Amino acid sequence: MADSVIEASGLMKAYGPIQAVNGLDLQVRKGEVFSLLGPNGAGKTTTIEMLEGLRKPDSGEIRILGMNPWKDESRIRRRVGIIPQGFNFVQRITPQEAIRYFATLFGVPERSEELLKLVDLYDMRKTYFTNLSGGQKQKLGLCLALVNDPELLFLDEPTTGLDPQARRNMWDVIRKLKAEGKSILLTTHYLEEAEVLADRVGIVSGGKMIASGTPQEIIDQHGSGRSLFVTGSGEVAEKVRKMTGSRCSFDGRHISVEIRENTDVPMILDLVRESGVEISTLQLREETLEDVFLKMVGSVEE
Amino acid sequence: MKVKNILADLKVYGKSFARSREGLFFTFVFPIVLIAIFGAIFSGNGGSTVPLYVQNMNGGAPAAQQLLAGLNSTHLVTIHMIPGSVNVTAYVSEHSITAALVIPSNFSSVIGGGGSVYLPFYNNPTVTSSQIAGQAIGAVVQQFNLNISQAHNVIFVRPYANSVVAKGYVDFLIPGLIGFTILTTPMFSVTFIVSSYKKDKIFRQLSLTPLTRGEWLLSKFLWYIIISGLSAALMIGFGVFAFNARVSLDLFLVPFILIGVFMFVSLGTFAGAIAKTEEGAAVIGNIITFPMMFLSGTFFPISIMPNWLQSIAHFLPLYYVIDGLNAVMVYTNYAAAYADMVISFIISAAFFVLAMLTFSWKES
Ligand SMILES: Nc1ncnc2c1ncn2[C@@H]1O[C@H](COP(=O)(O)OP(=O)(O)OP(=O)(O)O)[C@@H](O)[C@H]1O
Ligand SMILES: [Mg+2]
Repeated sequence: MADSVIEASGLMKAYGPIQAVNGLDLQVRKGEVFSLLGPNGAGKTTTIEMLEGLRKPDSGEIRILGMNPWKDESRIRRRVGIIPQGFNFVQRITPQEAIRYFATLFGVPERSEELLKLVDLYDMRKTYFTNLSGGQKQKLGLCLALVNDPELLFLDEPTTGLDPQARRNMWDVIRKLKAEGKSILLTTHYLEEAEVLADRVGIVSGGKMIASGTPQEIIDQHGSGRSLFVTGSGEVAEKVRKMTGSRCSFDGRHISVEIRENTDVPMILDLVRESGVEISTLQLREETLEDVFLKMVGSVEE
Repeated sequence: MKVKNILADLKVYGKSFARSREGLFFTFVFPIVLIAIFGAIFSGNGGSTVPLYVQNMNGGAPAAQQLLAGLNSTHLVTIHMIPGSVNVTAYVSEHSITAALVIPSNFSSVIGGGGSVYLPFYNNPTVTSSQIAGQAIGAVVQQFNLNISQAHNVIFVRPYANSVVAKGYVDFLIPGLIGFTILTTPMFSVTFIVSSYKKDKIFRQLSLTPLTRGEWLLSKFLWYIIISGLSAALMIGFGVFAFNARVSLDLFLVPFILIGVFMFVSLGTFAGAIAKTEEGAAVIGNIITFPMMFLSGTFFPISIMPNWLQSIAHFLPLYYVIDGLNAVMVYTNYAAAYADMVISFIISAAFFVLAMLTFSWKES
């Protein structure tokens, strides 16, 4: 495991009666982008904060770049960069001043121009933080995380609140950082973002890592392959369930059936036709990470 | 502890402070406005009284009581009693008193027996308030003499000049308001900043850098020293220019400004650190600040307050700073100033420890 930049096992953290993180294991390899997915309140931020050394775990083991984040804090600080969820800064300070301030504190060369241009914030370099838009604030957060040229980045929801264009811009930046050899742990609520950016993803729910691996691995392990999406009725859904033994859901207009055997497809279509429903939609598709995610997270919540 | 970090933080904090209008208003405009208002109200000395200290060795004897009542009825003086057990000369210099009268123990009996009696009067003839007290005493004594003998004087006032200097109201107002600024500027802004940085997770952001809590606090000390120094200079200048305030400018002022800022930056940090919300911080800040704002000798000297309030004042940390500033600027009484300095330093150190214990950048 010499090439792991983050290794955590058995992480536990409770806030009073709430068990926010409940025996979570996580490993991030050098040079990879790992994305944590999970519903609100799953424990992602709490986990990241414990990894960053900002919160003390109740129990569990953490190694960050081979060090203990709680004890070797100051050495780790110089080698990691962090955007906290809901990044905030001193209200009446400009992005340029903020970056220069951090550069002085880290004792590194000042490269505010380069960083501001990287995230496309250079035009706003003289605007007070309080007057920046939410997305612009988030971009400054990334600049500050990059001031010390870190080898490991923690990005907690870096694209939340960004417009589609700015999000893609942020993706480009993240890809560029990865190409420079940086390791990145990222949380997001956008599954397509995880699919596009991450080498591996981990699905967190109820404070536990319930699945991890490449998006394809997760789809293969936890998904059911393909599903048929076709116009139908409640009655049809019931019959399909009986006949195939597969999951089948009805949303008021369409039925969605997991397909295990190819021969099920014509049978289902026959059932639909017999019921007299006119087929206006017909789709056979591979399950996406999103389908698997919703299924897994939903089934845990039940 | 890195000077470079402290200076980098000082620069950023100073900019953000200077860009907030409230900060500048409370630092520079407000104290001037206060001096202007209070100075204008009291500088004419109309209506106000001067303190007269009396040591009454003759207790409840009717003649002594009559004398005191007579002094009171002049409306020129406010009488404060000196305990019978103390040495007047020492007491007068220790408390920087400019007018003290002693009623000897044989006062009633001598007057009753038709003899003459001398009342020792400790005063400084070069000082207005001392002169006013002297005039009040002279008038009352003359009245007594007329009543008692109709023909010749039986009571004489025997003046003892001393070098104790007391000043007009404006002279007290300047050290008081310097103390006021040292109190309010850090208390209001540091308390708020600490609680809002905590809420907005800015401390968490700073904790991601090599900047330490200690360096951050030190940069706040430096900033408020600069601010308090500037506003003190401004107030002294304005007081001297507009109201002819007579204060002595002395290097001794410096340690009091340093210690005072140290005291209230620490206390403000503590208040902000223990508050759960910004609103809570404002309440805690006000609870701590308001009594001190009025009872520590800011707007008027402690000596004109009733005794019970004076004893309360002794529990207020700002009292020692202002008492020290008065000792330096008004009385040039270094022994008193030195004692105040030691006491306020001990209080500040305690506040600093409290602040460091409660002020955390991390979350549990
Ligand atoms: N400071 C805190 N005090 C008390 N409870 C907290 C605190 N922070 C988080 N929690 C609780 O812990 C649980 C996990 O929160 P956490 O912020 O880690 O979730 P998350 O996965 O990051 O959610 P989101 O996707 O909404 O950011 C939640 O139930 C939350 O209410
Ligand atoms: Mg979160």
